[in-house]
Amino acid sequence: MLEEDAVSLHEAPTRQMNMIEAINDALDVMMGHDPDVVVLGEDVGYFGGVFRATAGLQKKYGKNRVFDTPINECGIIGAAVGMAAYGLRPVPEIQFADYIYPGLDQLISEAARMRYRSAGQFTSPLTVRSPFGGGIFGGQTHSQSPEALFTHVAGLKTVIPSTPHDAKGLLIAAIEDNDPVIFFEPKRIYNGPFDGNYDSPSKTWKSHPGGKVPEGYYSIPLGKARTVREGSAMTVLVYGTMVHVAEAVLAQKGVDAEIIDLRTLVPLDIEAVEKSVEKTGKCLVIHEATKTSGFGAELVSLVQERCFYHLEAPIERVTGFDTPYPHSLEWAYFPGPVRIGEAVDRLMKD
Amino acid sequence: MAEGPARSGKPRGNLPPLEFYVPEPRYRPGDVVDYSHLEIPEAGAARRPDEACDAKETWPLTTDLIRVLDENDQAVGPWDPKLDPETLRGMLRTMALTRAFDDRMYRGQRQGKTSFYMKSTGEEAISVACAFALADDDMVFPSYRQQGILISRGYPLVEMINQIYSNRADRLKGRQLPIMYSAKDYGFFTISGNLATQFPQAVGWSMASAIKGDTRIATSFIGEGSSAEGDFHAAMTFAAVYNAPVVLNIVNNQWAISSFSGFAGSERTTFAARANGYGIAGLRVDGNDALAVYAAMDWAANRARANKGPTLIEHFTYRAEGHSTSDDPSAYRSAREAEDWPLGDPVMRLKNHLIALGEWSDEQHAEMDKALAEEVRAATKDAEKNGILGHGLHHPFHTMFEDVFEELPWNLREQADQAISERRTKFPEWKE
Repeated sequence: MLEEDAVSLHEAPTRQMNMIEAINDALDVMMGHDPDVVVLGEDVGYFGGVFRATAGLQKKYGKNRVFDTPINECGIIGAAVGMAAYGLRPVPEIQFADYIYPGLDQLISEAARMRYRSAGQFTSPLTVRSPFGGGIFGGQTHSQSPEALFTHVAGLKTVIPSTPHDAKGLLIAAIEDNDPVIFFEPKRIYNGPFDGNYDSPSKTWKSHPGGKVPEGYYSIPLGKARTVREGSAMTVLVYGTMVHVAEAVLAQKGVDAEIIDLRTLVPLDIEAVEKSVEKTGKCLVIHEATKTSGFGAELVSLVQERCFYHLEAPIERVTGFDTPYPHSLEWAYFPGPVRIGEAVDRLMKD
Repeated sequence: MAEGPARSGKPRGNLPPLEFYVPEPRYRPGDVVDYSHLEIPEAGAARRPDEACDAKETWPLTTDLIRVLDENDQAVGPWDPKLDPETLRGMLRTMALTRAFDDRMYRGQRQGKTSFYMKSTGEEAISVACAFALADDDMVFPSYRQQGILISRGYPLVEMINQIYSNRADRLKGRQLPIMYSAKDYGFFTISGNLATQFPQAVGWSMASAIKGDTRIATSFIGEGSSAEGDFHAAMTFAAVYNAPVVLNIVNNQWAISSFSGFAGSERTTFAARANGYGIAGLRVDGNDALAVYAAMDWAANRARANKGPTLIEHFTYRAEGHSTSDDPSAYRSAREAEDWPLGDPVMRLKNHLIALGEWSDEQHAEMDKALAEEVRAATKDAEKNGILGHGLHHPFHTMFEDVFEELPWNLREQADQAISERRTKFPEWKE
């Protein structure tokens, strides 16, 4: 048991951070607590990462703990699986989620199945961090949201934070978790929340309550959703950047929606989902990823199976289109205020 | 024919049409086999550089063939590991035991006791001699054809058979295809069906050992066919970049199921020759010569332990039998290939060496073979007490859902209940 566990979060001093700083802080805390935590990835060492998430860590913990790797995602994940089998707790970074695919065989066939196929003799306690999501003019290969590829794999956990506070607490929990965790960081909200109004000046985390991050160690359990806003008109199931977009659209429409930030897709907080939909009778699912076979389909299906007699309207699903992520037509692709607003209107009409 | 690009103005002229090349093995079913094209250097001729040498000094050894046992069954040259007779007899016994085990399990599959088996006939020297050269706590990341390592390390045969039968005593709870063993306590990493994935994992394990200032090293084995996988390149690059204390082995047994080694690139170079391109030491060794295999692994292990970096070893051998119990090699290669293999049979070569030393005899060998067959038979009988595949003695249903994660999430709890309820519907009298 860590000393800090005794400290209530309300008493712990806090500091306003952006999501990058919160992730950096989580890595710092865990490296300080556990000598087996090591960070590896392209540009993560001396340079501190292309998004600065690992800045200063190599200087503080040395090259044995934080090191640059060859540009080879299969090698990064494969080596991390071997390191984890030895007994380390590796935190590999994949520079963009769009580039995780060369490492998929190692993640799906190896990390996810290690505990099962060896009946617990070998485990893969690794946390793969990777920036994901669009809204930054990243085009086809710097914008993807491939979470459904991972939620479909038995043995992997998938976590997506939406605030600096959650990013730190969830990352610490992910690193401590003895199962392999895919930790997707919505890069659109690294520096500030995003309400979907791309023409407005960008915001920072400075005045946002989610940017208030406790100092030192704390963790947010995996598998627990966060109620962003309580309400009775409908349930909105959402995660990552879209949490903020949904919040803004529903506020602007003056709809008393209950917004649930899932935070962990696997394991999913099914109780929170059921409780809310049973209360509101309506459900809206939102994600940036493409529609067909996206994680939204799983959510819709679960709600339909488990809350059918409480539903007062068809479940709505707002997602990216079934196309590769475009560059110039980004804001026509992005599931923004108009698309969400229309779905909200349909639900309210029923 | 296509015109040249308009902007360069360069005409195509009268060039001959391009030809697509697809490799073809020398011998197909019914062909007479002639191995005279194979360059088999004399035993004892290869130089043995210092274990701490620069990787590029090993260049000649990546195209040569390290051999110790000569035609007169004597150990010759600088690679002779000079093992004492007791150790040699131990190696011979373990290789013969591996063969006896394979034979028995192959028959077990044919008798319907299990679904699948893979023999390592002709390759026993590679796994056994490597295991003898390693420390017991060096971690091995094997492919599916290194059962000799488990046997060398004293893993109980009955446990292997329990796994092959997926019976109630199977430590992997019937989850894994037969022969995909996992034995952490014996330094034997969990075998995966996905080829070559273990190569970068072994490198990562050895990196971790170095990060922790440990003294243990890792070693991994893939076939020459799997060396075409991207994981091979990943492993070699990471091993070189971090000077990882790892020994990477390619077992070149000439065949990847039905495709000959040409489909992995053997027609233009050796597999060992790839090492130097990565800046890694490389050795090419007669894989049917237990002493040469031992010497090469010993050299590479010492090099890794001394922080001099990784080594790639190509073990040149021949897959004497089918790929698996699901394979019929007579459909794609000449039946004469195995018997005519110029590097002989690894068990016979070591046996003859011991006899030449005056430390063994045909009578002792025959007696040993009889005893080993009995040992395997007894282990089989013991394992059969725990059931054979499909004969009732399954693992409890809920075990199917365990170990996906450390703890059962809600969806797996629900699905476990469902599976048990289905079972009750099917067999109303059933009680778990």
